[in-house]
Amino acid sequence: MHIVDMNSQILHENERIAHENKHVFEKHGLFVTNLMSAPGAGKTSVLEETIKRLKSQYKMAVIEGDLQTSIDSERIEAMGIPSHQITTGTVCHLDARMVHNALHDFKLDGNDLLFIENVGNLVCPADFELGEDLKVMVFSVVEGAEKPKKYPVMFHEVEVVLLNKIDLIPYSGVSLEELEKNVKEVNPKAVIFPISCRTGEGIENWIEWFKNKISNK
Amino acid sequence: MHEVGIAQNIIEIIEKEARQNNSGDIKKVKLIIGEFTNVVKEALEFAFEVVKKNSLAENAEFEIEMVKLKTYCAECDITFNGKEEANFICPHCSGFLEIVEGKEMKIEYIDVE
Repeated sequence: MHIVDMNSQILHENERIAHENKHVFEKHGLFVTNLMSAPGAGKTSVLEETIKRLKSQYKMAVIEGDLQTSIDSERIEAMGIPSHQITTGTVCHLDARMVHNALHDFKLDGNDLLFIENVGNLVCPADFELGEDLKVMVFSVVEGAEKPKKYPVMFHEVEVVLLNKIDLIPYSGVSLEELEKNVKEVNPKAVIFPISCRTGEGIENWIEWFKNKISNK
Repeated sequence: MHEVGIAQNIIEIIEKEARQNNSGDIKKVKLIIGEFTNVVKEALEFAFEVVKKNSLAENAEFEIEMVKLKTYCAECDITFNGKEEANFICPHCSGFLEIVEGKEMKIEYIDVE
């Protein structure tokens, strides 16, 4: 018997492919956003609201990740935006290879923005790089103010946290102040936007920031 | 929840390494996993037991060393160890704490025949 020192990164292969993806995105001049959240926090609604406001300025495409169905993809296509559905079956996150394979189905040329809507899950997607430029998390305030502390890894990984469904605050007893404080403790650098996809409140602030981010790439 | 996929990654990596070393069975695998990842030790151990069947690691012992979260404030030059609550704001200067340890996800070594 003998010891073989390895010091190998377990997710090395994912990181290698993510790096390849990044290269492909750069070659096509694409700005890529990875949207993550728990199921039902409002990722697709955020996409719809974002697409609505950016449609006249940018050419966009979407990759949808879900365990089953192409409902989300259909919602996006109904807006005239090309969308590719990845159904992961039992896999609880998108990884770099799934995104890489999906790129074969896309005409990337001519697009400015690509959104990747990850599988709804507050845990696993955070560990897998996809080659994106920006990680955005959507968190619905009704999930509770303590969640950033309970699921700190994803909150820590992202650059932007969109606190969605603020129109429901009066009915939920959640303190927006406490929630923002918890997000800031877990991720002091996070840019936080309280929004409501239903009423449109706060969306313009996010759009303004996002446009700025794209032009500064 | 994604521990099965991670266990499969581990098997692929260590089988490749064992073959490159012209080795037979893998007797032991030693991992280093940070606690500020989404990997649960018990779930990964269970997943490894399942996926190791019919691989070179079929009879391998599986050891996981968990690494506590360690953060650092560059402003104050202070290191903080294993916090109960995830808080990345320095209690002294309110600056940002960087993670120094706790994000590891690696195979340290294998023991082969």
